[in-house]
Parts: sequence; C-alpha cells; structure tokens
Amino acid sequence: MSSSVNLLIGLAMGLNLLALGSSRMPSVIRIVAAQGVALGLIPFFMEDRFGWLVALVAAGTVAVKGLVIPNLLHRAMRTAKIDREIEPSIGFVPSMLLGAGGTMAAVDGAQLLPLLSEHAGTLLVPGALASIFTGFILLIGRVTAISQVCGYLILDNGIYLIGLLLIHSTPLLVESGILLDLTVAVFVIGIIMDRIQRAFDSLDTRKLTVLRE
Amino acid sequence: MKGLLLIFVPVAGAALAAAWPSERTRPWLLPAVGVVHTALAFWLLMHPPVVAPAAWLGFDQLARAVLPVVSLLFLVCAAYAVPYLGLRAERPNRVFVASLLAVLGLMSAAHQARHLGLLWITTEAVTLATVPLLHFNGTPRAFEATWKYLLIGGTGIALSLLGTFCLGYAYILGGGGGDLTFVTLMAHGAALSRPWVLTAWVLLLVGYGTKMGLAPMHTWKPDAYGEAPGIVGAMLAGGVTTVAFAALLRVRAVVDAAGEAAVTSRTLLVIGLFSMLVAAVFLLGTRDFKRMLAYSSVEQMGILASGAAFGATGVWAVLFHVWNNSLTKGALFLSAGTIRRAAGARTSEEVRGMSAITPQSAAIFVAGMLAISACPPFGPFFSELRVLRAAFETGHGAAAGMFLGCLLFAFFGMTRLVLSIVDGRPRGGVRNARRRIRETAGVVAPPLVLLGLSLWLGLATPETLRDAWAAAVAQLSPAP
Amino acid sequence: MTAFLEIILRLAVWLALAPLLPGILNKTKAWVAGRRGPPVLQLYYDLARLWRKSVVLSTLASPGFIAGPAVAWVALAAAALLVPLGPAGGALSFKGDVLLLVYLLAAARFCTAWAALEAGSSFEGMGAAREVSYAVLSEAALITAVLSLSVQSGSVTLGTMLTPPVGAGAALLAAGLFAVLLAENCRVPFDDPNTHLELTMIHEAMALDHSGPPLAVILHGASMKLLLFLVLLSEAVLPIRQLPAFTASAALAGTVLSVTVGVGLVESLLARFSFRRVPLLLTTAFLLCLFALLLAWKGGAQ
Repeated sequence: MSSSVNLLIGLAMGLNLLALGSSRMPSVIRIVAAQGVALGLIPFFMEDRFGWLVALVAAGTVAVKGLVIPNLLHRAMRTAKIDREIEPSIGFVPSMLLGAGGTMAAVDGAQLLPLLSEHAGTLLVPGALASIFTGFILLIGRVTAISQVCGYLILDNGIYLIGLLLIHSTPLLVESGILLDLTVAVFVIGIIMDRIQRAFDSLDTRKLTVLRE
Repeated sequence: MKGLLLIFVPVAGAALAAAWPSERTRPWLLPAVGVVHTALAFWLLMHPPVVAPAAWLGFDQLARAVLPVVSLLFLVCAAYAVPYLGLRAERPNRVFVASLLAVLGLMSAAHQARHLGLLWITTEAVTLATVPLLHFNGTPRAFEATWKYLLIGGTGIALSLLGTFCLGYAYILGGGGGDLTFVTLMAHGAALSRPWVLTAWVLLLVGYGTKMGLAPMHTWKPDAYGEAPGIVGAMLAGGVTTVAFAALLRVRAVVDAAGEAAVTSRTLLVIGLFSMLVAAVFLLGTRDFKRMLAYSSVEQMGILASGAAFGATGVWAVLFHVWNNSLTKGALFLSAGTIRRAAGARTSEEVRGMSAITPQSAAIFVAGMLAISACPPFGPFFSELRVLRAAFETGHGAAAGMFLGCLLFAFFGMTRLVLSIVDGRPRGGVRNARRRIRETAGVVAPPLVLLGLSLWLGLATPETLRDAWAAAVAQLSPAP
Repeated sequence: MTAFLEIILRLAVWLALAPLLPGILNKTKAWVAGRRGPPVLQLYYDLARLWRKSVVLSTLASPGFIAGPAVAWVALAAAALLVPLGPAGGALSFKGDVLLLVYLLAAARFCTAWAALEAGSSFEGMGAAREVSYAVLSEAALITAVLSLSVQSGSVTLGTMLTPPVGAGAALLAAGLFAVLLAENCRVPFDDPNTHLELTMIHEAMALDHSGPPLAVILHGASMKLLLFLVLLSEAVLPIRQLPAFTASAALAGTVLSVTVGVGLVESLLARFSFRRVPLLLTTAFLLCLFALLLAWKGGAQ
C-alpha cells in the first residue's frame, strides 16, 4: 500500500520539475492535470477497506483537478490566444534548479515533523512541501496569468497532500468545502482573466503596473 | 438560534437582491437588512445566549465582542450606499448589492465559527464574495486591483488552509479524534504535537495575516482600497480585516494552550511592529489619499497585532481598538469617497482646496484623520493608550517606544497629505467643481454618525462593551 | 609480455569496432525513413578515403591545427583502455582511474576545441564556443552520475564501481546518462550530425576546415567516444558484470547494439531543439543524475 502511494507521490514530484521546465502552456496545463489525477488516486491506495466517503473525495478530486479545471484553463488559453511563456521573470533553468533544491530540502525537512505510524514511511509530507514550493516558484517566477493559476493549482495540490493526513478524521464537510471553494476560486479567476484580457488585450500580468508607488 | 439568524437574514437578503427586478429600489434592501442585522446583533450583545460548547457555530463571547461593530458599520455604509448607488445609476447594481449582503452574512458566519475547518471555509467565502465588489467600477485599474487581491489573497488563504490542516494533524497526533472545535482543541492543548503546532502557527499567521493586510503581505491593500468604491473600502478595512483578526485570536488561543504562548506573542509583536513601520514609511511618501487610507489600515492592523502580544490587558485594549478602528475608518472612507467624486482625482498634485468645494466632507475627513492618528478625545486615543499601558505592564518598553515612533511618523505623513488636499484654492474655481456634486445629507450624515460614535466610545465607553471585551479575553485565555 | 599483448589486442578491437556504430545508427535512421541508406561499413570507406587524401592548410593555421586532433584521438584511445568490458575488466585498472577517464574525455574535448580555434576562422571558433558551453552542463551531469555510482559501490575504481543500483535509481541514472550520451556525442536533439546549416552546427562546425588524415582522426575519435559512452551506459545501468563470462559479453554487445538503435530512433523521431532549450534539457539530465546520487546516498545510509 505504502509503495504505490509513494510511487504516485514520486510521480507528482517529478511532474513539479517538469512544470517548472516547460515553456509551452498546454503542456503545463496537462502536467497540472496529470498531477491532479495522480493525487486524486492516492486515497484509493491509502486504505485497506473501501469507504464510500473516501472514494467520493477521491473521485471528486480527480474530476475537479483532472478534468474541470484544466478544461477551464484550456478555454482561457484559447480565448487569450497565448500558448507560451516567453520571458519568465525567473528563467526556466534557474527555476528548475530552485525546484530541485526545494525538493531535496523538503525530503530533508520533512523528517523534523513527527507522523502517525500509519503515515510513517510515506512521501506525503515531502511531496506536499515540494509541491508547495514549486507552486510558489511558478506564482512568483511567471508573468502570464495562466501560468500563475497553474502555480496556484500546484500549490493547492501540495496542500491536498497534507490534507490526506487528515482524511479519516475530519468529516466530509471540510473536504467538500475545500473542493467547492477551489472550484469557485478558479471559476472566479477565469472570469477575471477574461476581463483582464478584454481590458488589456493580453494576459501578461506585467502590464498590470498602473498601480504602484 | 438568533446567532444563526445573523447569518440567514443577510444571505436571504442577498438572494432577494439577486432576484429583485428594479435597479432603482434594489439598494434599499441594504439598509433594510442592515437595520434587522444591527438590531439582532445589539440585542445579542445585551443578552448573550448560552452557546453549547460543542457547537460549530455560535454567538460566543468573541463574536459578541466584535460582531456588533461590523453590523453597525454595515448599517451606516448601507445608508450611504442608497444615495451613492443613486448617483452611480449608470452601473448595474444587482451583483453589487447581492455581494455586499452576502459578505455581511458570511462575515457573521466567520465571526461565529467555533470550528477550525468551518472558520477557514467562511473566511475564504468572504474573500470570494468581496471580489465582485472590487471591480464594481469596471475600469482596467479596478480589474488590476482585483487580480492582485485574488492572487495574493488566494495564496494567503491557501496557506491558512495548510495551517488548518497542520493544526488538525497536531491534534490527531496528540491522540485526538475528528472533533476540531476550538473548545476541544484548547482543552487538549498540552497533548498537541509541538512541531506541527508551530508549523501551523506560522502558516496561519501568514495566511490570515495576508487577509488582515499585515506587512509584508499587505501589497494588495493599497490597490484594492484605492480602486474600490468608498463603501467597499470601509467594509474591507472595518469588517473583513476584523474577521481575519478574530480568526487569528481564536487560533492563537489554541497555540497558547499548547504551551507556545511565548512564541505567539513574540511573532505577533514583530510582525505588528514591522507593519507599523512599513505603513509609516509609505505614509510619508504617498500622494494618493485613498491609498493613504490603505496604508493607515496596515498601520492599524499592526497596532492590533502588536497589542495582542501584550498579555490579557493587551488583548482587551485591542478589542476596544477594533471598534474604534472600524468606526473611524468607516468615517474616513465614506468622506474620502465623496471628496474623490467631487475632485475627480486622487493625488495631492491634482486635488486642492477641498474645504471650499465639499466643506462638510472635508471637515469630517480632517477630523477622522485626527481621530485615527490617535488624537484625543476620539476613541482610538484611548484604546492605543491602553495598548501602551499594557506594553509597559508586560515590560515591553522598547517595543512601546517603537510603537510611539511609528505613530508619530504616520501622523506626519497623514497630516501632510490631508492638509494639502483640503487647504488652498481649488483648481478651476469653486463654482465649476460644485456643479459636479452636491453634498446632500445622504452622503454627509453617515460618516458624521460614525465619527460621532467613535467620539462617544472614547468619552464614555459603555459598561456592556467593557464586559463583553473582558468576557472575550476570558474565553481566549481561560484560567488554568 | 602477455599483459602488453592483451592491451594491444584490446586497443585493436576498440579501434576496429568503433566505426561500426555510426553505420548502424545511420542504417536505423534510413530504415525508419523507409530509405535503403548507406552501407553499415560506410565510415570505414570514408576513413580510408580521407587517409589517402592530402591536407589543405590555411596560411593562418598553426601546428596546433594538426596536433589537436592527434592528441584528442590519443586521449580517447587511452580512455577506452580504462573502460572495463564486462567481466574481463579494464585493460588498465587502478584506484581512482575513473577520475582519469573524466579528465581524458575533457582533454579530448579541449584539444578538438583548440584545433578549431587554431584554424583562425571565426566560424570554427563559434562552433568551439557552442561545444564548450554545452559541455559545461553535460560534464556536470556526467560527474554527478559517476559520483552516484561511486557512492553506491563505495569505490572509485571503474572495475568495481559499475555495480548498478536497482529500481528508481537505475531508471534515473539511465535517463540521465542517455541524455549525456546524446549531448556528448552531438546527436539529436542537441546537435544534428547531418546538418550543414551554419547557424545550427555545433560539432561539425569545429571540423569544417580540417581535411585529409586529421579529419579522419577526428571522425574516428568521435565514433570511439560514442562506443565508450554506450559501454559505460550499459554497464552503469544493467548488472552485466554479475553474469558468467560468455553471457556477459553477449549481453554487453546486445545492449550496446540496442542502445545504438535507440539513439537512431530518437534521431528519427525528434527534431533538433533550439539553442535556448538545450541548457534546460541538460539541466534535466543533471537533476536526474543528482536524484540518483541522492537515492544512492540515502539508500546507503539506511
């Protein structure tokens, strides 16, 4: 059980680095979607007995992270007529190196946090920390709105991994609230991007510089 | 169950507003809901209900100490909104009115949330519901501000969710089950896993601190406050920030119960003083009077955070300051909105002589500025005095010195800007500008009422409120 | 005396077999494209033809123009002697020989670049600059891979350190070393050996002014380098050395052949990357080797 979970998390960690290294937006979106599906499958492997609650969370995650959000992003990308990150403020190679450094630090730093015996030996915490760090690099280092949203989603995937630690203890309300909020957030972000696009004729957030001291 | 009514009435009002057919009469829903909500909130303030310890939602002592002022601020803003939306008849107001009511309902829910997960959900919902309010003006600058608000606020919210999970896991590691109400968490404080609690505290401080606008996570604030209508600025500065602050207080009580009180106090003090310093520096430099209000709000949040570091008396003083801040900031934002519309510009280069064009709003603006920078006899003076006293009592002399220094520089910065736009001769003559806007009672009375309330709080703080704050302090730091 | 004879024999095998690989590679590419393609032995014919030709020297060229390829060839031949062949081990083996191998490869590259600069043509200088700037990154990946093997086995001798890791470590190392192989030997997607467009050439640009025997030496050296990397990759990833002698030789030959075909397939299916993308790919290779190193390190600690 632990090894298949670790395999999926290792896959997600590899996808983090791929996302940092790719300049084409469709591939970044695909990477985020693949990561979402990989993470959504984890609950099925975490538990020996099959609980319908856990299955519901997993299915919902796969649907939202793997299908709905990538589709929204694809649509936004098509309307914006942009498919490439040309000049990121942190280059692709430096961001990959940063991401690799962060991944190593995550693996090392996760040992400081104690775990329940059922979670010991899994990559849940290192994977979460690495994804959160990757998300921040994308949020800070990319200039187009879609890449930043992808960064936000990877950040969210990391948080989801931490949430998996709690999946058996917290009631469904918290879980469903998270999925719902995430959907709404991206929906709103999608609308805003549409508006930015119409107002500035581009999704380059560097053009959003009227407001500053 | 009246506590739940505080949530349902505005939400029902929002649904009604979304379905209401007439653009002209829809804004009247705002004061209607506001009156009901305020009456309910103050009735509950006078007659606090008994809250079951395990309840997820309830009008407990902390909600009692903070929620009424939000309600009051909303009522006054709603009164201002009717003439304001009348003036802005060119923009459809369906989404605006519905969102404003939804924000009120969600804020009431967030203030009453007694469950870790529920607190996060309601806070996130408040953030999302304010988004349509920010781009009411529909200009590219408003979209820019909204984007920044969403991106920075979204990240902050993600981090606070992470902190929520960490705190939950700390509890589970300590042998707890799935019951994440604050009462249970505090009762099991000693058993919580320390590394996870500390991680959670840092993340929650950054997450909810982003929402409060503590430096260095304050960068969305000047843009959002600068571009949003005055009412929205008032609700954000006086309402939404209190939600985040109350959330921090609740979480901090758990971390303190886990035996990390020294850490929470230290971090709150450092981040609070840093916010005040950053705000003072920017206040000395800014030329835009709506952005000035945002930096002043960063300063007030710094006061709240650092004051909360000074023990129980500090928390009491800070709850007092929450009331003063909400009322005074409301007066400032509403009068600034009027001045902004009359002047048609926002920077000290373009705006001059407003005392001649909008004499009443300009007078309120100056008085509000004096009040917020802690001039007696307004409320903020007394609450900040108590914060200082708490600082000296707990032996934070150096921090108190820095606190006073920041207040002084903020005062310099604000007087410089405010007097330069109020004084002098207006551009293009008085008569020309007067034609653009008339100061009706509808736009002058609301900020005046708020200012009067702030003055009254300073001169004669009601005994009920003192009791409410003391009870909230007792709830947050129960005697061992 | 027998030891000396054995070295001579091995050297002869290396020198004779190396030009076979580019032929196999080209045949694969032709097969994928549906052409008949040049014969497998084409490089032998080319080398013989070049050897008979005379040398055209620019008036600007210095002695280094001739000496560079010669020294590079000798360095590569010496490096080949260090590489162990299956259970037979290397012709020469001593503690720390892996460092010598890395340095010999670097020396060969230096001499090729040096010869290119001695031609006195700005175009060759540009090729040398490109080659060296890629080498900085691919060498980092190679050294990391060597480190990971050395940590894995706790040895710095090529003969004993080629005990491959298992599982994820082997996969990471294989991917990283394969990318290094492609980069070091100037294959697609880093460089296109067939191109003669001056803007895209890297390795070919360096050898453009060479003719006759020096060019033959350069081409032969390149094929030897390819063989060297193929052997190294196979032995670093697959547990060939644990097999009995005959099976091991067959496995080694089979792996080298199949990897060669794999390179040919990559070349047929991928387009050459733009210059801006290449550092990214090499960094990926470096990271793959780095994670293999970490795995080896952590695995050793447990």
